[in-house]
Amino acid sequence: MTSNASLDVFDLSFAYGKKRALDNVSFSVENGCFTALLGPNGAGKTTLYALITQLFESRQGGIKICGFDLKSQRKEALTRLGVVFQQPTLDLDLSVTQNLHYFASLHGLSASEANKRISRELERLDMLERKDEQVRSLNGGHRRRVEIVRALLHEPQLLLLDEPTVGLDVPTRRDIVNHIHALCQEKGIAALWATHLIDEVQLDDAVIVLHQGAIKAKGLGREIVEQAQTSDLASAYEIFTRRAS
Amino acid sequence: MSSNLYVTALFGILWREILRFVKQRERFIASLVRPLVWLLVFAAGFRAALGVSIIPPYETYITYEVYITPGLIGMIQLFNGMQNSLSMVYDREMGSMRILLVTPLPRWYLLLCRLLSATVVSILQVYTFLLVAWFFDIQMPVMGYVWLLPALIVSGLMLGAVGLLISSAIKQLENFAGIMNFVIFPMFFLSSALYPLWKMQESSELLFRICSVNPFTHAVELIRHALYGKFDGLSLAVTAGSLVFFLVLAVYGYNPARGFVKRMGS
Repeated sequence: MTSNASLDVFDLSFAYGKKRALDNVSFSVENGCFTALLGPNGAGKTTLYALITQLFESRQGGIKICGFDLKSQRKEALTRLGVVFQQPTLDLDLSVTQNLHYFASLHGLSASEANKRISRELERLDMLERKDEQVRSLNGGHRRRVEIVRALLHEPQLLLLDEPTVGLDVPTRRDIVNHIHALCQEKGIAALWATHLIDEVQLDDAVIVLHQGAIKAKGLGREIVEQAQTSDLASAYEIFTRRAS
Repeated sequence: MSSNLYVTALFGILWREILRFVKQRERFIASLVRPLVWLLVFAAGFRAALGVSIIPPYETYITYEVYITPGLIGMIQLFNGMQNSLSMVYDREMGSMRILLVTPLPRWYLLLCRLLSATVVSILQVYTFLLVAWFFDIQMPVMGYVWLLPALIVSGLMLGAVGLLISSAIKQLENFAGIMNFVIFPMFFLSSALYPLWKMQESSELLFRICSVNPFTHAVELIRHALYGKFDGLSLAVTAGSLVFFLVLAVYGYNPARGFVKRMGS
């Protein structure tokens, strides 16, 4: 376990009845680092996220966020965690600002502090002029941006994103990927980005390949390519996920 | 900061529920029309068929409309509790409940906030209903409207807790309609909402006993007595006891390590 990690997952296992979804998974996400969690559908990514976000609880292994144990120091751990879920989680009947204020209140932010942060983060994603629009009237890309703004309001140190670009067009996907990379570099936030879309991952990103509930490879993108003895990440990913099948 | 977090979160959740309620106009109108139809149509037709004798808290003969008003207030809160439950199941299926669960607040507190918010919304519905009823000459003693408030808080919390418990036990949204029929109708009809219990006893001793132990009966009686400035200790005890019972089970149900939520896949 590393001391400068925003997320430490160690010896984590989870099963749905007799079906094992995660098998002894261990990895770390370093501070300020964009880490891609690559895996095909059914690899165990969503189960892993459900465990980190406390939707499920595992009896085997553990999770630490910024050094705080998720079970025994839940409050300290969750204060430092921001999440963008795979499913849309905004309230369609409320406006952008109302949605964001609701979330800010759940983290104890005063109205004035929330206003300041909401304007700042919306501005950063070119969404400020839409702040009074009803979420129902926004397109998928804009809704995703609002969810990213929401995940950042309480200034977390670790950002979890579960396939956040599913269903979005290529330019929007690229913008969002670039934005999260910029956040990691400028603000020192660590991001764990789950995806099965290989083009969202760069060679300098930390990469974890998850398949059939187990980690098949981890390291920088270029190291993964070397390990697989291929020329690009897409081929390396295919090799690791095929080899294991 | 810590107590601030709890208070801010409570007001945040409450404000969201009020906004949602106001914005969903159909829900607001439905919550008013349902009891008003019972009051203005059903009660008018039923008045001739059912004579109500003088029973506590009444000190004189009353019309049937006056008799069923507390029952309809209970009905508003019962439906609201189920509506909140439906919205919890919907939130869980659609994912927005996850946002609530990843906040640094304890789960039991978040459930309590949802429960309080639903109760506040139900109280707004009840007073709007009573205002409309007032214009149709169904009027209670003025102080009754004040005494009603604490009773509504207890009964609203209890019926909301029933809803929470149901939402924790339901796996899918599709199952909800069946549960509504198995909870709302028996709770409502097997109570003193529409007819005094002695009338029920004349027909069937068994039904009378079931009605007597139905927590909804006691919520309605608590409301009925409060409207006349009277205190019904037994009803308060049963309603408050049921509240604690249902709430503890609901908190258990929402615990990912032990409860009903554990059984769900993602």
